[in-house]
Amino acid sequence: MADRLSSKPQTPKRLAILGGLVSELWHDKAGFIGFLVIALITAMALLAPWIAPYDPAAQNVMARLQPPVWLANGDWNHILGTDNLGRDVLSRVIWGARSTLLIGASVVLIAGTIGVIVGLVAGYAGGRVDGVLMRIVDIQVSFPGILMILLIVSVLGPSTLTMIIVLSITNWMIYARQVRSIVMSVRQVPYVEAASVMGCRPRRIIFRHILPNLVTPLLTLGILEFTNIVLAEAAVSFLGLGVQPPATSWGLDVASGRDYIFIAWWLITFPGLGIVLTVLSINLFANWVRVTTDPQEREKRFAYSRAARRMVRPAEDRAVVR
Amino acid sequence: MSAQTAPLLEVDGLRVDFASRAGLVQAINEVSLVVHKGETLGLVGESGSGKSVSAQAVMGLISPPGAITGGDVRWCGTSLLGRKGERYARSVRGKNIAMIFQDPMTSLNPLMTVGDQIGEAMRYHLGFTHVQARRRAEELLGAVGLSAPARRLDQYPHELSGGMRQRVMIAMAISCEPELLIADEPTTALDVTIQAQILELLARLQKELGLAIILITHDLGVVAGICNRVAVMYAGRIVETGDVDTIFEDPGHPYTQGLLRSTPSLEGTEDTLMSIDGIPPRLIDPQPGCPFLPRCPIGVDACRQAPPAEAWKGSAVRCWKAGADAWSMGATRAQEAGL
Amino acid sequence: MGSFIVCRLWHGLLVVLGVSFTVFAVTRLFGDPVSLMLPLSASAEQRMAFAQEIGLDQPLFVQFIRFLGDLATFDFGESLWQRRPAIEVVFERLPLTLMLIGTGLGFAILLSIPLGMIAALRPGGFLDRFIVSAGLLGLSMPQFWVGLLLIVVFSVQLKLLPTSGMGTPLHLVLPALTLALTPLARLTMLVRSSMIDELNQHYVRTVRAKGLPFTRILRVHTLRNILISYMTLAGWELITTLAGYTVVVETVFAWPGLGLTAVQAIQRGDLFLMQAIVFVIALLIVLINIVLDIVFKMIDPRINLN
Repeated sequence: MADRLSSKPQTPKRLAILGGLVSELWHDKAGFIGFLVIALITAMALLAPWIAPYDPAAQNVMARLQPPVWLANGDWNHILGTDNLGRDVLSRVIWGARSTLLIGASVVLIAGTIGVIVGLVAGYAGGRVDGVLMRIVDIQVSFPGILMILLIVSVLGPSTLTMIIVLSITNWMIYARQVRSIVMSVRQVPYVEAASVMGCRPRRIIFRHILPNLVTPLLTLGILEFTNIVLAEAAVSFLGLGVQPPATSWGLDVASGRDYIFIAWWLITFPGLGIVLTVLSINLFANWVRVTTDPQEREKRFAYSRAARRMVRPAEDRAVVR
Repeated sequence: MSAQTAPLLEVDGLRVDFASRAGLVQAINEVSLVVHKGETLGLVGESGSGKSVSAQAVMGLISPPGAITGGDVRWCGTSLLGRKGERYARSVRGKNIAMIFQDPMTSLNPLMTVGDQIGEAMRYHLGFTHVQARRRAEELLGAVGLSAPARRLDQYPHELSGGMRQRVMIAMAISCEPELLIADEPTTALDVTIQAQILELLARLQKELGLAIILITHDLGVVAGICNRVAVMYAGRIVETGDVDTIFEDPGHPYTQGLLRSTPSLEGTEDTLMSIDGIPPRLIDPQPGCPFLPRCPIGVDACRQAPPAEAWKGSAVRCWKAGADAWSMGATRAQEAGL
Repeated sequence: MGSFIVCRLWHGLLVVLGVSFTVFAVTRLFGDPVSLMLPLSASAEQRMAFAQEIGLDQPLFVQFIRFLGDLATFDFGESLWQRRPAIEVVFERLPLTLMLIGTGLGFAILLSIPLGMIAALRPGGFLDRFIVSAGLLGLSMPQFWVGLLLIVVFSVQLKLLPTSGMGTPLHLVLPALTLALTPLARLTMLVRSSMIDELNQHYVRTVRAKGLPFTRILRVHTLRNILISYMTLAGWELITTLAGYTVVVETVFAWPGLGLTAVQAIQRGDLFLMQAIVFVIALLIVLINIVLDIVFKMIDPRINLN
């Protein structure tokens, strides 16, 4: 706790710290691969119009249900094959990354903003305001998740925008809870108490003492929430109530490939792999962020590593008497 | 006071290492101790000097990332280490050797009643039934001076105060009538008035049960009060061992001398209390030679090599200049002269 | 204990009111039940009549009160799709969903404790790294996708298990496995991490100093002490499964439970049925939360009555 609460001047050393982080990321293989994959997927989403070989919505009746290139009948025109309307699976997977990342990032930003504001207000104001806000959080947490989302979406009419709005207003609570608990604990730290006793203005206390302590936990939380949003979006799109054609989404593609699983397994496999790779690599990266930003966690992790076991060998392992 | 009979516990050249991100930490090195039946050994030193680690190593409580990497621990002449020793150790631990810890607040299982926690060891080691263990636990709670012992049995730790919890810990430790009790700073976390009560209790139990006690503390006053012998630890090594009276009167090691100089005596005759300048060395990649050298006022070139254990007025002192008066002005001048 | 339960009930009531208000606001303010429920071909008169029938001509406040009254009496209106009271449909399908959840979640719970403990016994060891990697993979896979892959492998390729629907116990295998995936992964990870934390607690040192065998320390001490966090997460998994995962899994396997019914109700614009489903699930969630709170209270003597 204590180490999280220090707010240190960092301008001159920033570059060195960044360099250290990069080298550390390189040494955590899982985290590094996760980072690399997520960077690739992001690049793929941003550059979709230039790198996708076909228009994802372009139909080609002549080339329906073509298998991927490495199977019999597959060819290099459609590396990952085509779907029932002759659309290029690879292009759809590349474009699908766009919806997924767009929705994920927007929802995390919007929900995060709502949550942080509510949490700050509740934690800082305390008393009755805090009671009411946290009660709202408690209540909304107990709402029947996806079912409620489906009901709302079906009334409002499904679209990418609806998706972003609905997911945002159903996922802000966790940020509020975390921010509030941090604010509460920071406020009780002696130096912050001292600052407020000395007549520091609330705004200064929030910006100088409280916000710096929020950065790392919120970063980790945001990254992890991103994976939840990606999975939720995929599920709702799979049910046909998320992203609508002609837009593409991995969940939507899995849904439309569903009717052909007997003859064209690749239709569900590749979009699904897109989701798995995205979520898995984010999880790996988030794990690295969490461990790296927490000195205790870092030490603990080292303690259980093979390097630590090599470093310290119990006496009896080396003794001749075995 | 040291008896002629075979010692209960022998610790012989024990070494414990911990792996950390910064490197290998040599928590204790070449620690040797002997405890005889019925005696009280004080283990003193500042925090991080390896007192607790030594005790935990004796109890087999060192777990990854740490490990015992050298030396031996023997109970009544039989080793507790190694694969064969581990089985023997399990029958000794909790039955013949018991331990109480520094922080009674966290050392009890919060979700188990006091009675069950006390009875646990008796049921395992002595084969008591639940009812027997419960009856005995009640007696024990009475013996350690808790009021209304019958009611305490069904209480949970959070319902008791710190001092009461430490009494519960003691009741638990003596439940199987051990021959050796290791008390790791048993009073540090308690109020001053409670501290005295707990120490009194330990002294009384020792007399009644013929217990040997290893008392780990950084309070020299406590050592002077109830210990027969004392071992002083510094930076993971024992720098001086001997009878309490000898060491308090004639400390042989500069560190012991400094420690005594910085402790108010019972008579209160000193005008000022002196501190030892500097800080203890890092235990990561320790330098060869005497670990106290950087802070020692009478250090000489020879100190760059590890000092042997020298006899000094009945104590064993790990110092090349054992017995030299380290902290007087004369000594400082001698140091300047390169003596 | 009594005041504790009253407090939890009050909270549950607030949750139900919150759900009602949200549903009401969304359907009446942002959406139009008439155009949602009637086919496009319906005439203006038909629309008017329907609006009057469900009370849309009343002021909003009156509508809300009537809405609440209907809910309190479990009168959710008639399902347009099934032509019978919506609540009847819900109670007919609910047991099927509960059966699926019971099998899937039961499987996850049975397996997660030993798996997590095996991993925690030697953190960083081979088994630990294997279990953690598998868990991370499990958490990263969308259930609908896993379900479809299982169908491809076990039904289409190996022809071992039926693809979908229900009937024989074999029909339950794939949906239950799919449903178990995410909870199993999350619960295993929790058992592992809280077990590692718990074994580092000071009281474990005390127990070890008593010389008790390690298995007893695990069984009697640490396992019991992680039970609260375990049950919290297990309860949470039950709730998310009830309110979400089942919808997806039942759709994939055409399991005729409440989740599939919800999707079908939406596709047919059957707002009343959908409302009934949402409310019954919300009530179940409230109930689960109350039961959990009472159980926690019984396990941990430190939890306060308020």
